[in-house]
Amino acid sequence: MLEGTGPGAAEPVLAMRDISKRFAGVQALDGVALTARAGEVLAFMGENGAGKSTLLRIMGGAQPPDAGEIRLDGRPVAFATPGDARRRGIRVVAQEPEIIPHVSVAENVHVGSLPRRGRLLDRTRLRAEVAAALERWGFGGVVDPDQPGHTLSPPQRQIVEILRAVSGRARVIAFDEPTSSLSDHEVESLFRLIERLTAEGIAVIYVSHRMAEIFRVATRILVLRDGRVAGERLASETDEAELVRLMVGRDLGAMFQRGARTPGAVVLRLSGVTTGDVHDVSFEVRAGEVVALAGLVGAGRTELAHAIMGDLPLEAGTIAIDGTVQRFRSPRDAIRAGLGLAPEERKAQALLMRRPVRDNISLAILSRLAPFHLIRRAEERRVARRYTQELRIRTPSIEQEVATLSGGNQQKTVLARWLARQSRLLILDEPTRGVDVGAKADIYGIIDRLAAAGTALLVISSELPEVLGLADRIVVMQAGRVAGVLDRAEATEERVLGLAILDQAA
Amino acid sequence: MSAVESVAAPPAAHPLRRALAAIGVQNVSLLLALALLVAVIGAQNTNFFYTSNIETIGTTVAIVGILAVVQTVVMLLGGLDISVGSQAGLTSVVSAMVFMATRSPAAGIAAALALGFGTGLLNGCIIIYGRVNAVIATLATFAAYRGLANLVSDGRAQGYTGTSATFVWLARGHVLGLPVLIWILLLVAVLTQLMLHYTDIGRNIYAVGGNATAARLAGIPLNRYIIGVYVLVGLVAAVAGVLLTARTGSGQPTSGSQGLELQSITAAALGGCSLQGGKGTIVGTMLAVILLGVLANGLVILDVNSFWQDIAQGGLLVIAVVIQQRRSGARGVGLPT
Repeated sequence: MLEGTGPGAAEPVLAMRDISKRFAGVQALDGVALTARAGEVLAFMGENGAGKSTLLRIMGGAQPPDAGEIRLDGRPVAFATPGDARRRGIRVVAQEPEIIPHVSVAENVHVGSLPRRGRLLDRTRLRAEVAAALERWGFGGVVDPDQPGHTLSPPQRQIVEILRAVSGRARVIAFDEPTSSLSDHEVESLFRLIERLTAEGIAVIYVSHRMAEIFRVATRILVLRDGRVAGERLASETDEAELVRLMVGRDLGAMFQRGARTPGAVVLRLSGVTTGDVHDVSFEVRAGEVVALAGLVGAGRTELAHAIMGDLPLEAGTIAIDGTVQRFRSPRDAIRAGLGLAPEERKAQALLMRRPVRDNISLAILSRLAPFHLIRRAEERRVARRYTQELRIRTPSIEQEVATLSGGNQQKTVLARWLARQSRLLILDEPTRGVDVGAKADIYGIIDRLAAAGTALLVISSELPEVLGLADRIVVMQAGRVAGVLDRAEATEERVLGLAILDQAA
Repeated sequence: MSAVESVAAPPAAHPLRRALAAIGVQNVSLLLALALLVAVIGAQNTNFFYTSNIETIGTTVAIVGILAVVQTVVMLLGGLDISVGSQAGLTSVVSAMVFMATRSPAAGIAAALALGFGTGLLNGCIIIYGRVNAVIATLATFAAYRGLANLVSDGRAQGYTGTSATFVWLARGHVLGLPVLIWILLLVAVLTQLMLHYTDIGRNIYAVGGNATAARLAGIPLNRYIIGVYVLVGLVAAVAGVLLTARTGSGQPTSGSQGLELQSITAAALGGCSLQGGKGTIVGTMLAVILLGVLANGLVILDVNSFWQDIAQGGLLVIAVVIQQRRSGARGVGLPT
């Protein structure tokens, strides 16, 4: 029903050719081409890290591409800032919109282009315009134009962001997982809104992991894998199975080593753990075993990790270490019990960027190194040197400021901290994110050696080949719950991805 | 590639460059500014170089100096203590009043220290358990402690300590040819420097200020550190209060302590402390304290209108921070942090 509804349905509005983008050793996009046509909905699919978000950022002017060409209505364009792209009629609806607190919904919608009477803000007109827009797009009653920004719920914030996009003269509107915070009723309104947008000849881009939605709204589906286009299909000519096949199939096999692993006693046992968006999670991790926690970003894996470490309070359920139920009040308690966490955001949550490698490695063992509070500096240097060599941290010296190291070496520094502490259970949250290929292989080697030496490892990863290559067992989470547990032997990329994204009922 | 190859040996640095790195570029510029200032003042009036004048500078900066040292520690942690001057005023009055009541200088000093412990603890508890921003919390106690000092003293100078050998010794005594005041400043500075550099406590203070989330996830008890540092400030402010009493011969609720908070923050910032925490050194702060002391003294010697002193101090601070920001390549949007 979507095809041919707008005038000149197949007319290309936005065309991108040979778009490439590289971040610190990682090729995020490699020669991507796409065409968004007036009156069509082009859906992007792909695993986490396939390049969807980078593509949206380039399209929206938030980042320049390293190479490639963007044409709008057939003319080449370059966007220096998001404002540039907006003025040209390209709108990206962010997944987590920026909302100004203590400012009304109406003002939030029109931020940057508020209606004025002379030098004064025309509040009456502003309010009336936004109220009309809410009615027109089917969100009447869901959001009050006078409501202050900081009181908005996630779905309301999303609606404000959508109104921002449709309030100007848009040519292309891109939605980045718009439904993740919306209720069913609001999702229906969104779909009707998208139909009206395409009917008005706007090119819509729609990014989502949810198959049902993709088939509901999309005209055409572009599948990305490893920063490349893995395939483009008409929605009417493909099915879920084919899309999943296109999304998976990366080859990292050569990077994984596997020492002899002999899983021992259960180190960590979760029973019915519930906190925030994590619901009733139960599983075990044994000594000498790597358990991968797979799932989409936002499935609750990072929250679960912080709950295990005592960084988030439990609402229900228990965590047992070596068979004894523990109530950690802070990460300090968890660390004393032999746990360690290498968090997802290593710069913001793990590293002292302005301090030397040595300080960063010794951070969790300082009290052991300092009888009567005096640091045994020779011993500290010895430990730092030892792990710098063992983990092959490339740094001119252990006195080097961590900020100057590459992402891979920073991550190894975090790992060195917990190796020095001789933690018995290590939780690694996306240990290879933003890490170059060489360091990636090194980190896989470190994980394998730790497991062989009897450490229990819980690895959170959004990269399927990594999950399959590392894990003895795979726990797949979806929407805060365990969707399934797979043994190494029975796991395939399709099965893991299926558990992570397909509806549980299906 | 073997492990040995991949870990490159540290590049053999030029000795001069190593020396520069050890002192810190920030401190070198402070030293240069100090040398320039001394040269200019000395050229105008050679009285500046008299031992008695240099001793005067030392004793004048002693009180603000010890406060600047602990202010540095708070700022390393990412906090600020605006109430140091008020705490010094309050403990000054109380030390004098307890001395008058008991005739025991030890009791006076002990009372001041106990009170300083309490005021610092209260600051820390308001910040941690009330979740009040450190600037706001100490701004509140800045007013409250000063009010309390005026209340217990009726707003007047209290007692007379000129009869006590101990207080007189603190203010005017010499040990090994150096004034006691300067010894106390050196002692506080050296002890703090040793703590920051050689103990796990100091290292963890840098960690908490540099990245509180990382510190928490590494098992450092943040609350204990934050409260502990505010208690330390309270104790040192009490020492400053006792010295204030000793120098003026009586307990001073406000005169003498007023403005100490801003001077101590000025010195710490000039010495290279960042308001975001995790950055700064005691050496830098001490150099800044000396620089500000020489500046004030020089302007007096050169008979410049004393109001210029404040303007010069402000100008110096702005120039220093602008240079720091340029050097660090800081850029960004909105208000600089």
